Amino acid sequence: MMEAMDILTTASLWSAVLRIATPLIFGVLGALICERAGVLNLGIEGIMTMGAMIGWLTVYWGGDLWAGLAMAVLAGMVIGWLHAMLTVPLGLSQHVAGLGITLFASALAYYLYRLWVQVGNLPPTIVPFQPWAVPILSDIPFLGEVLFTQTPPTYVALILVGLVAWMLARTPMGLALRMTGENPHAVEAQGLNPMRIRIWAVMVGSGIMALGGAFLTTAAFNSFFPSMVQGRGWICIALVVFASWRPGKALVGALLFALFDAFQLRLQTVVEGVPYQLFLMAPYVLSIVALILVARRARVPEALMQPYRRGER
Amino acid sequence: MTVGDVLELDGITKRFGALVANDDVTLSLKKGEVLALLGENGAGKTTLMNILFGHYAADAGEVRVLGKPLPSAKPRAAIAAGVGMVHQHFTLAGNLTVLENIVIGSESLWKVGMDREGAERKIRALSAQFGLPVDPAARIGDLSVGERQRVEILKALYREARILILDEPTAVLARPEAEQLFTILRGMAKGGLSIIFISHKLHEVMGASDRVVVLRAGKVVAERVTAETTAAELAELMVGRAVARPKRAAHEAGAPVVVAEGLSVTKGGGMALDRVRFEVRAGEILGIVGVSGNGQAMLGRALSGLARPDAGTITFDGRDISRITPRQAVKLGIGRVPEDRQAQGVVGDLAVWENAVLERLRDFSRFGFVRRRAAEAHAAGLIGRFDIRGAAPATRTRLLSGGNMQKLILGRNLAAGPRFLLANQPTRGLDEGAIAGVHAELLMARAEGAAILLISEDLDEAVGLSDRLQAISKGRLSEPILAEDVDARRLGLMMAGVWETRDAV
Repeated sequence: MMEAMDILTTASLWSAVLRIATPLIFGVLGALICERAGVLNLGIEGIMTMGAMIGWLTVYWGGDLWAGLAMAVLAGMVIGWLHAMLTVPLGLSQHVAGLGITLFASALAYYLYRLWVQVGNLPPTIVPFQPWAVPILSDIPFLGEVLFTQTPPTYVALILVGLVAWMLARTPMGLALRMTGENPHAVEAQGLNPMRIRIWAVMVGSGIMALGGAFLTTAAFNSFFPSMVQGRGWICIALVVFASWRPGKALVGALLFALFDAFQLRLQTVVEGVPYQLFLMAPYVLSIVALILVARRARVPEALMQPYRRGER
Repeated sequence: MTVGDVLELDGITKRFGALVANDDVTLSLKKGEVLALLGENGAGKTTLMNILFGHYAADAGEVRVLGKPLPSAKPRAAIAAGVGMVHQHFTLAGNLTVLENIVIGSESLWKVGMDREGAERKIRALSAQFGLPVDPAARIGDLSVGERQRVEILKALYREARILILDEPTAVLARPEAEQLFTILRGMAKGGLSIIFISHKLHEVMGASDRVVVLRAGKVVAERVTAETTAAELAELMVGRAVARPKRAAHEAGAPVVVAEGLSVTKGGGMALDRVRFEVRAGEILGIVGVSGNGQAMLGRALSGLARPDAGTITFDGRDISRITPRQAVKLGIGRVPEDRQAQGVVGDLAVWENAVLERLRDFSRFGFVRRRAAEAHAAGLIGRFDIRGAAPATRTRLLSGGNMQKLILGRNLAAGPRFLLANQPTRGLDEGAIAGVHAELLMARAEGAAILLISEDLDEAVGLSDRLQAISKGRLSEPILAEDVDARRLGLMMAGVWETRDAV
């Protein structure tokens, strides 16, 4: 038991927490932007898969790692645009459209991968992002190793949390976005176009989700395989609720889940006589418990999942 | 354009399918004027204002502000031209603050950062200038309806509106709040703003406007200077015929049908009903008057089987009904017209015929299947007998106007020949023509021997219809008095909870 507790004080655990949390942070921020504008985006799982594939492929074809991320964002936005078209102007069920997008984008990603890439016994690899030690800051004991010796996309994710939080709370655009998720009729009455706001929110949100996928293939691993997103998208959808639609809390949620995950991985090696599947389940069970404890007080955007039609109420 | 006109609507026509909502409407507004747009529900008032504000595009005609034409269907252009609109259904976001609701749209979306302090200063200044107190940091969801309306008005003022349109601004307000609102509007007009308010309430129009434009079936039928007209003339113009609420004929009441004794209901620790006693006799209307929120809602709930009394009895033909379910109530022949027709009266998304038979589905089914043809025939019968306009059996009920929805509910109850009818605020929100229709139906039921309990906040209605009246105040019920003995002072005292028991009948 002491051994298990000792794990918690190792820098390598906390460094892993940040690494595991990175795709979740991207995913949850993307989902949060969509939902704050009133559109549930269950296409997230497929969008992340597409981002993973396109990001990796760009690099495999000789592109820069950063170009890989950029192309992933673009791919995410294209699929986001499709989801936005189905749910905003056409006003279709956001659940059904989102699940359809996930199935479609996941399959399309794998299809394109097989079409364009020769796969032998082992999947082809790229040279991924390497950890980059921030000068000076990385010399801080413990904290330096945990926070400032990560791969660049992790830094991007952390900065993005602050940026999204600031955008939502402090800019006219953020206000318009939030208002669109609360009452699109109010937005229209003030001379703005809620449909356009929703479409852009879904596209930008989807682009950010795709970054989460791209992190997996360009930083966490070095190759693409079709099932690699592994439900992270769904976790993000739950984390948005856990976070009460707030970026700061979303970060906390992502870190918490990553902590459970990193901890159980290490626990498997320390504790004997317990089937490892139980450990694998633990983060999900704990997430549900956390959701129950926190999310009952959550303030849902009032117009979430309500299609907006002009002149109707 | 005559001198001083700030706004002109010229030949506005708008069709929705076969329905002509606005037919060649022309009107103008002068600077500093309060113009009332009067018309019944469905006369096209709201459509006209939505065209003016740019929510809809007109099929023909032009809107000019200060002589310049407004591009159609662009709220942004209307706002920029100085037109502000206060919608009947507030366009506010409940989870956001007052300040956020007001400033949205006033700054470029691409601006980095927001000038919250400046905005707050400006809001406070406008609040003070126009007498619209509100806390900029408060969350909309925590505000009262009256405060929310102030926010709506501030929203328009914040965008420098010179022309203010208010769509049925008093629909959600209590009388004192409404009077306060009109005082504020008059002050604004004195300050140079021009105001159009939509209403179907004659006393408001007479009290608060300079000029009245009457709209009927999409057309302007008359224009009057308020000082030179009367409420009676306006009523006739609005409805298109002389309307008078029907009068109660003298009529002998029968034996008591429903009797309540010592009825008490507690709610959240307090007494919602406190040892209430009344009896309603066959062929009479007993009116319960009172200021809103004094236990009327609970009385209605207790009588329709939705709340369990903590003490006391209610009997129906001598049988205790204080613990019945709504289903048993239907079976016993207790008709109910609920307070909130949208929420409790009908299922809006179902067809008229479905709502017509919902309460007595058993009577319209065989082997567990609904006999649709019989049900539709029944609905068609109700539509004919109770003059439910704009409805066919297959019409979605949501599409009916409030008055016609109420006629459907009343008809559904009256067709079954109820021995007892609970009518809770039966004419709230209805226009004059519809009110007269509902009153006629209630009096007809009374003449046929139904015992009717009328709960109403409208004193004219209660006094006009009821044989006897009781006042409700803080959950307590006064002794009944005869409608003939009513005078305003005594009724006022009763509603304030002051009553004597001497001359009870």
